[in-house]
Amino acid sequence: MMKQIEGSQGIAEAVALCRPQVVCAYPITPQTHIVEGVGAMVKAGALQHCEFINVESEFAALSVAIGASAVGARAYTATASQGLLFMAEAVYNAAGLGLPIVMTVGNRAIGAPINIWNDHSDSMALKDAGWIQLYAETNQEAADLHIQAFRLAEELSCPVMVCVDGFILTHAFERIEIPTQPQVDAYLPPFAPVQQLDVDNPYSIGAMVGPEAFTEVRYLGHQKQIEALDVIPRIAAEFEAAFGRASGGLVRPYRVEGAETVVVALGSVNGTIKDVIDAVRDAGAAIGSITISSFRPFPLAELHGLLAGAARVVCVEKSLAPGLGGVLASNVRMALRGMAVPVYTVIAGLGGRPITRASLADVFHLAADDKLDDVTFLDLNHAVIAQQLALADRDRHSGPIAENLLKALNPGLVRAKPQDERPKP
Amino acid sequence: MTDDTALQRVKFYQTGTRTVGNRLLTEDDRTVQASMGRSNAITSGHRACQGCGEALGARYALDAAMRAADGRLVAVNATGCLEVFTTPFPETSWQIPWLHSVFGNAPAVATGVAAGLRMRGKTDVRVVAQGGDGGTTDIGFGCLSGMFERNDDVLYICYDNEAYMNTGVQRSSATPPTARTATTPALGDAPGNVFGTGKNMPRIAMAHNIPYVATASVSDLHDLEAKVTRAMGICGARYIHVFVPCPLGWGSASENTVLIARLAVECGLFPLFEAEHGDVVSVGKIRRRVPVDDYLRLQRRFAHLFRKGAEDRQRIEAIQRMADANITRYGLVDAEDDQ
Repeated sequence: MMKQIEGSQGIAEAVALCRPQVVCAYPITPQTHIVEGVGAMVKAGALQHCEFINVESEFAALSVAIGASAVGARAYTATASQGLLFMAEAVYNAAGLGLPIVMTVGNRAIGAPINIWNDHSDSMALKDAGWIQLYAETNQEAADLHIQAFRLAEELSCPVMVCVDGFILTHAFERIEIPTQPQVDAYLPPFAPVQQLDVDNPYSIGAMVGPEAFTEVRYLGHQKQIEALDVIPRIAAEFEAAFGRASGGLVRPYRVEGAETVVVALGSVNGTIKDVIDAVRDAGAAIGSITISSFRPFPLAELHGLLAGAARVVCVEKSLAPGLGGVLASNVRMALRGMAVPVYTVIAGLGGRPITRASLADVFHLAADDKLDDVTFLDLNHAVIAQQLALADRDRHSGPIAENLLKALNPGLVRAKPQDERPKP
Repeated sequence: MTDDTALQRVKFYQTGTRTVGNRLLTEDDRTVQASMGRSNAITSGHRACQGCGEALGARYALDAAMRAADGRLVAVNATGCLEVFTTPFPETSWQIPWLHSVFGNAPAVATGVAAGLRMRGKTDVRVVAQGGDGGTTDIGFGCLSGMFERNDDVLYICYDNEAYMNTGVQRSSATPPTARTATTPALGDAPGNVFGTGKNMPRIAMAHNIPYVATASVSDLHDLEAKVTRAMGICGARYIHVFVPCPLGWGSASENTVLIARLAVECGLFPLFEAEHGDVVSVGKIRRRVPVDDYLRLQRRFAHLFRKGAEDRQRIEAIQRMADANITRYGLVDAEDDQ
């Protein structure tokens, strides 16, 4: 049924329809509304045969999910930002153990400086932990991807991270089609684990493996992801057949026919990008875009095919690899091996900076003329940076950079201490 | 238990002690370990060092838990000696379902196991989590406190050998003052570990008001089994802290493991007690009180306290005061025996 609800509530309802048996929760903005939603359904009895456990940290949240999954229970949790990094050790462990846990990441920046707003630094930090990583473009897709994620995780015995842009999706109220329980039950069979702790058939899980087999274990983890390249489109097609709408898959091209410039991005920013493409296409520019829905496994072949005719690629990405540039761009270049196609990186939306149509249109125009820098920071405030660099140059004890920048942005907001009152270093 | 379980006839007697030999007891009063029907949860062939207190403690604890759970038991293990010496793949000493995740999350994983079993309708299967002192008092402390606070249906057993032995004997928050470890070397004016304020895990567990907390020692395996059995008869979060000497890390003779464990109890440094819902309900009385010197002298980690002609009486007395304080706090010595 169609509902006008918050993105987080849509995800919570979709997760509940998947009949999770153990859900663990630790609060971190902006994912809190998701687990609160699931918790309320458990408490009210709307979601039965599910234990909702309030834990003391994100590390514990995923660890509880690991234990539950290891006895064959369907387990779910959600996190974001610092929380994902705090549980990092368990993230790798869940993948190494092959436990099909589904976890939502309400994408948010990583501190310092502490920042609660959206970017992809968190999930990018754990992109190579062995989890499948799906990125939602809309609230409808965020809900739908969770239903697909349980199916995918359990079919492959591999954990799945559903990445949902914090606030932009998690806190936005939109119309979301929530499927019925019989629909989801028909699509998602009960969990049949390939391994479980069973007193009638006892074995050890998680013991040490030495050099003689560790590479092979990792190879099989890689192969599982390669296999997912086939499974993801299949279950997305089955989803479309069963639910009557397309969601997920590996990649989604938009107006790429005859496009000389192709924009590639993850998540909700694709909506804005498509608006810009519509506008500049109508003005005669040959431009299209590709939404990457599955970042791990990375759809190399599909991108290679879609980008074959492009003259240039512009990656708009919400994370930064300091000292290198773009994570997404580096991955996209892998898909373009043997093709002399420049790949530009546009770092955008860090820490929740709005990504405007005007700014995107500007960089797309520059790209079309091949006048874009290799790495561009969208809407970078060069003036405050120059001010900070000058300050640092003349004063060894220039203090916290973040504070200086905000003072430069808000002159007069904070009364500056007279020079003689400042503590001497 | 299956027929192919390695049943070994164990010679069970102790000499040179005041412990009543198992053979003198009636069948019903004998240890689980003395029974042919024991489960051998950790079976023979593992790689523990000779005289390993942890192997001894874990074997007794797990087999007692298995009997109490009627063979329906899952074990979760923190990283550490116990995890390492009972594996690696493809070998395992575990004849019960066993899961190792990472170092600091065994209590949380056990919470998940217990919840998952409940949700799958397997309410008869019980859960034990276990770790060394590092996995319990340091890196797993947060998860353990969370498990206690939620009163999850898990028995957590800490095998305390007072340092990180698996990584080569480094200090943990359970390492006693003056003890030499790789990170508290016997150098300088105050060799060995510092006198801190201590981190008393059993008392911290009691402060959570969980249904059952106990301390036990491999010097009294009957008592250890009894406490595990009692704990298994209770639902909710339970904690047992077992004192397990480590010949390698402590620099003690491997045949002295049980003796050293007994001296730790008899000098008062390791009090034996049980607590329910935060209150001490029973203590193990000291039958023959000994000075801490007797306990310390058998271990090379304390050798710098007893240098010839330069005994560090000041710090030995400080350790004696710790033992005396325990004796007073728990009433370990009856007044007439204290003469």
